[in-house]
Amino acid sequence: MKRAGFSTRWLPILLLLPQLSIILVFFYWPAAHAVKSSFYLQDPFGFGETFVGAKNYAALLTSSAYLRSAEFTVIFTLLVTVLSLSIALLLAVKADKVIKGAKTYRTLLMWVYAVAPPVAGVIGLVLFDQTWGPLKEFFGLFGWDFRLGVNYFDTAFAMITVAVWKQLPVNFIFFLSGLQSIPKSVREAALIDNRSGFGRFWDVTFPLLAPTAFFLLIINITYALFDTFGIIDTVVKGEPSNNPMTLVYRVYVDGFRGNDLGGSSAQSVVLMVLVLALTVFQFRMVERRIHYT
Amino acid sequence: MKLFKFSTLVDHVILILGSLVMILPVLMLLQMASTTDLETMRNGPGLVFGDQIPINFEKAMFEASGFSGENTGLRMLYNSMILGFGFAVGKIVIGMMAAYAIVYFRLRFATLAFWIIFTTLLLPLEVRILPSYEIVQKLGMLNTYQGLIIPLIASATATFFFRQFFRSVPEELIEAARIDGAGPVKFFIDILVPLSRTMIAAMFIIMFVYGWNQYLWPTMITTDEGMFTLVRGIKQITQTLEGTNLPEYGKSNILQIIAILPPVLIVIFFQSWFVKGLTESDK
Repeated sequence: MKRAGFSTRWLPILLLLPQLSIILVFFYWPAAHAVKSSFYLQDPFGFGETFVGAKNYAALLTSSAYLRSAEFTVIFTLLVTVLSLSIALLLAVKADKVIKGAKTYRTLLMWVYAVAPPVAGVIGLVLFDQTWGPLKEFFGLFGWDFRLGVNYFDTAFAMITVAVWKQLPVNFIFFLSGLQSIPKSVREAALIDNRSGFGRFWDVTFPLLAPTAFFLLIINITYALFDTFGIIDTVVKGEPSNNPMTLVYRVYVDGFRGNDLGGSSAQSVVLMVLVLALTVFQFRMVERRIHYT
Repeated sequence: MKLFKFSTLVDHVILILGSLVMILPVLMLLQMASTTDLETMRNGPGLVFGDQIPINFEKAMFEASGFSGENTGLRMLYNSMILGFGFAVGKIVIGMMAAYAIVYFRLRFATLAFWIIFTTLLLPLEVRILPSYEIVQKLGMLNTYQGLIIPLIASATATFFFRQFFRSVPEELIEAARIDGAGPVKFFIDILVPLSRTMIAAMFIIMFVYGWNQYLWPTMITTDEGMFTLVRGIKQITQTLEGTNLPEYGKSNILQIIAILPPVLIVIFFQSWFVKGLTESDK
């Protein structure tokens, strides 16, 4: 709030009205609805619903399919985050160093940001195609009989590869702008203090990049959880049966395809709690550990 | 000073490898779109470009692929444009209005409004996808542009971005405006909006790309083929590759290329605005 603000009474309400009404109808209403239906068992033919208490939640915790998805989600998120962050950091450090062609490299390394996730998924399907996929043939040279959509591990491998590819540009852009915002004087001082490039990076550059890296960590976790939906749906070709899937994809599969509205709502609520916990964690970490300059 | 340094060479090799990893997969789609479907079905992606692009383009843009004969590439392109523009413009207008109200007015319920809006940043649409679908259905908005766009706007990222930007605008400006006798509406339209021009541009690019690339929501609420967007249509396209005698790889790949072209071009041409918007809004 500005000190010298206006004190008109109706105008601000009018200004806030579109935003608030859209949020109430399309955010709070569905969120509340999800919490409510998670305690009910819907009749699959649409004739009413029965209150079942926490049974939907109990069913989730004992469902091996759900737990398997949860396990896959953790591994998937971890690998996508670690791989895309470290590769992007390497590329950003190099792009920050070179003088010739820096702008060209930046363009070439960031444009994939704008590629839609399902198109990335299709690219995965082509790369790992059973009859002539280039990567499938490449792995074949080493005796790896790659079978997308058949072998659980192979499908997971393809999903992670595509998800990392799609996420590299975002991390690259943030790391590069983080690096470029480090003042020249700091770099010169570091150059005098420490002759080895790696030591300099570790002692000076990396701590200065820590806020960016932490922010990206959260962004990447959110990406792996939610924005990979299009990739997963394309890679499994709508046949999720025995394929790996993330928790968010399962919400869709169980609810929209399997018509298990109560179970799907319970899954939504579990995810909401998860995201809330992540946010709280983010705030506390930012406050305690990381000092913005 | 040495003219040539080994470490510089290593830097370039790493960067070139990285760039190739980003480009080759899409070139591969383009190559497959340039040969006949029979050739692709036999050998997959090759190293030589063919001459089939105009033919496949013609097929992709003007030949319908669904049952209703309504989802030509052109129609899907049109729908994607409406989604991208509608979402970006809607989000920016609504977000700016709300941010202006929060920053520049004395409101009794300002904190409450702030928290109501803030919470939306926490839960993406994917989490509440089914209930959102039910509500849009109840409101009779399935297969409409409003149903496609408005629920996606129900997240306040743009509001927060503009709130942060407005707070960095010097106080003197509003004081001067008041002395000159400008009311709140005049101040907003004549001073604040022109001042936010580059921020609006940056936001527009990010939001357009985000809206254009939406997949799950359009997949759920559009069943009418005339309403498909390109990105949503991809599901249909890849599914028709299965089961047919001669899968139409050329047509399908051209459609994928068309689906990524507008957002990619926007990001490349306006990259400094895009980077500025991305790195400044999210932190």
